[in-house]
Amino acid sequence: MIRIQKELCKVRQRFIEISSTVENTLKKTVQSVLEMDTKLAEEIIENEKIIDKMEVDLEEECLKVLALYQPVATDLRFIIALLKINNDLERIGDLSEHIAKKVLHISKKEKEMVPFPFNFKKMSSVTLSMLKKSIDALLSFNSQEAYEVLELDNKIDLIHKQMFRKVEKLIMESPQKTALMIDIVGISRYMERIADHITNISEDVIYMTDGEIIRHNRN
Amino acid sequence: MDAEPKISVRGLNFFYGQHQALYDNNIDIAPRKVTAVIGPSGCGKSTHLRVYNRIFELYKDQRAEGKVLLDNGDIFSSEINILELRRKVGMIFQKPTPFPMSIFENVAYGIRLHYSLDKKEIARRVEEALKGAALWDEVKDILNKPGMALSGGQQQRLCVARAIAVEPEILLMDEPTSAIDPVATVKIEELIGTLKKKFTIVIVTHNMQQASRVSDYTAFFYKGKIVEFDKTRKIFTNPAQKKTEEYITGRFG
Repeated sequence: MIRIQKELCKVRQRFIEISSTVENTLKKTVQSVLEMDTKLAEEIIENEKIIDKMEVDLEEECLKVLALYQPVATDLRFIIALLKINNDLERIGDLSEHIAKKVLHISKKEKEMVPFPFNFKKMSSVTLSMLKKSIDALLSFNSQEAYEVLELDNKIDLIHKQMFRKVEKLIMESPQKTALMIDIVGISRYMERIADHITNISEDVIYMTDGEIIRHNRN
Repeated sequence: MDAEPKISVRGLNFFYGQHQALYDNNIDIAPRKVTAVIGPSGCGKSTHLRVYNRIFELYKDQRAEGKVLLDNGDIFSSEINILELRRKVGMIFQKPTPFPMSIFENVAYGIRLHYSLDKKEIARRVEEALKGAALWDEVKDILNKPGMALSGGQQQRLCVARAIAVEPEILLMDEPTSAIDPVATVKIEELIGTLKKKFTIVIVTHNMQQASRVSDYTAFFYKGKIVEFDKTRKIFTNPAQKKTEEYITGRFG
């Protein structure tokens, strides 16, 4: 194996570390919402720093390869994609932390929990499968799954949109639940943004595999 | 390519005696652009380049087949004046090759060969050529010193001056920086950027970063064939051929 390949293997290993950590964090985040589990939420908030550190480590590894090995073609696209995806992963970590804080906020204030006015379970399972697909697509250098992620994002947008109307109605019906509803809107919005970051990841995977930038002009 | 090609190569085959070195080469060289030719040793890069000014004919048993059009004129036509062809298509080699004469004479020699001019005009053209090769400031006070006394990088720029003094249209550079140090290399690379405003440049290089830095188009040669030819940017970010990808990323063979 030539030197640059060894370096790229190291980068790939670091990527696997951060992506699996973020995937795990997102899973726990979803669980903490579904079960209003404050312990889990605290753990997520605590572990956010780990993801931050991993992001910096991966970035440094990428910069090293760029500076010392001048990658071209697939190698170049791989490094560029990882640099960008790294950033998206870190943001997903941040947004998971935001959701965890909402969980703490809700459980502190609300004595009686009401069912979510939207299908959070569906939203979160689609988001999780998007993340898994986009990472698999990257690691297997296969754009097919990345294209599937772009489709799935439409579902998330739809759920998020519909949620607004329901929440509006609920606030009118029981104004005393307004604060809770605002927290719930927040959770939905953070989830929707997470899905957007995953969409970015998939777009970068498509650039990496096919060499084509598809951002901003897709249907 | 938007403009008419400066050089069009069609179905070029080349032979060293019985051995075939080039197979069906087809390429269009864009005017006033830099075209880099890359590929492993022995792939035919230099052989291909040496066809453009028929310099291979100086050697025994070397033979080219096919068409090479320079501004739509066949360079193999019997009406071609070979001296005129070599004036139009200048060449710079791997190792600097100054003549064993003064700096001034190195440049003036070709001018005298091709044009009958008075002393003053020759001196003017020598100065212009040395300025064009970014060497004037370093040698203007030592024009009578031998060309061989210059450093390697200066010698190579002297060769560039010598080549451009006869007002060529095309400059062929066969690994022009492989024998000089990094500082001199940067100077030559910068020079290539300036020269392309006036000349069509074809450069053979082993240094892939150099190809990607200086050229607009890149041709990848392998075993005498042109595997891929495209904009340099495309070749180095997303080559179409697997063989090109393997070569430029260093995963070859």
